[in-house]
Amino acid sequence: MEITTQEFKHCDLIKVKGRVDSATAPEFSKALEKSNDNSHFNIAVDMVELEYMSSAGFRALLATQRNCKRYNRGELVLVNVPVRIKEALELAGFTELFKTFDDTITAVGSF
Amino acid sequence: MPSVTFPARFDFLDEIREFVADVARANSFTDKDIYSLQLAADEAASNIIEHAYEGVTNATFDVTCAMQSDALVITMRDTGKPFDVSKVKQPDLKADLSERQIGGLGVYLIRKLMDEVHYESNSRTGNLLTMIKRKG
Repeated sequence: MEITTQEFKHCDLIKVKGRVDSATAPEFSKALEKSNDNSHFNIAVDMVELEYMSSAGFRALLATQRNCKRYNRGELVLVNVPVRIKEALELAGFTELFKTFDDTITAVGSF
Repeated sequence: MPSVTFPARFDFLDEIREFVADVARANSFTDKDIYSLQLAADEAASNIIEHAYEGVTNATFDVTCAMQSDALVITMRDTGKPFDVSKVKQPDLKADLSERQIGGLGVYLIRKLMDEVHYESNSRTGNLLTMIKRKG
């Protein structure tokens, strides 16, 4: 797994590549928390090069979404969700908890 | 049936997923089913590592993965604390963000992804999880 964070004026774009499972999810969580620690509560997670995500990754997304939405201070959105991961998110009932976008420009521009 | 012994560590999840995918690929499962099998195996192994062997170092567990007639059967045997996936409460998927449970999701996914899930716990031979996915 590889993570890069890009700071825009109105949101952080966090790109996660490779595989997020119980081994790598703590590092993914840390990247998400770091944005929140910097008082950045608008986050777009770009999944274009994400191959795999287990429930460990879903939990990290959920925890961050809760933190972002507290006091209406922001929101975490998902971008370029690969079909297999989208199916798993649907199965977990997570799709209604996250807005999704098909490209990063629209996602970043939505904030 | 040949079984493979894996260390009960999260950094072996990659290998477990590959082990399952290789068998599924060799038996012409669809990409969607292969992903489902990998996810179910990962969630089951993660539970063993996290719950059955909580606080235990140097633990191992045995995994088998093979076709039995028209279905792929994955078994995982551990000697840790019994953790019956069939008894884990189903998360409320209609709950809103603040009420959404963080736990229980892995087990829920296993049950949704596989056609059958069985669990037996035996004080002599340990815990045996059997997960079955039929082809097509």
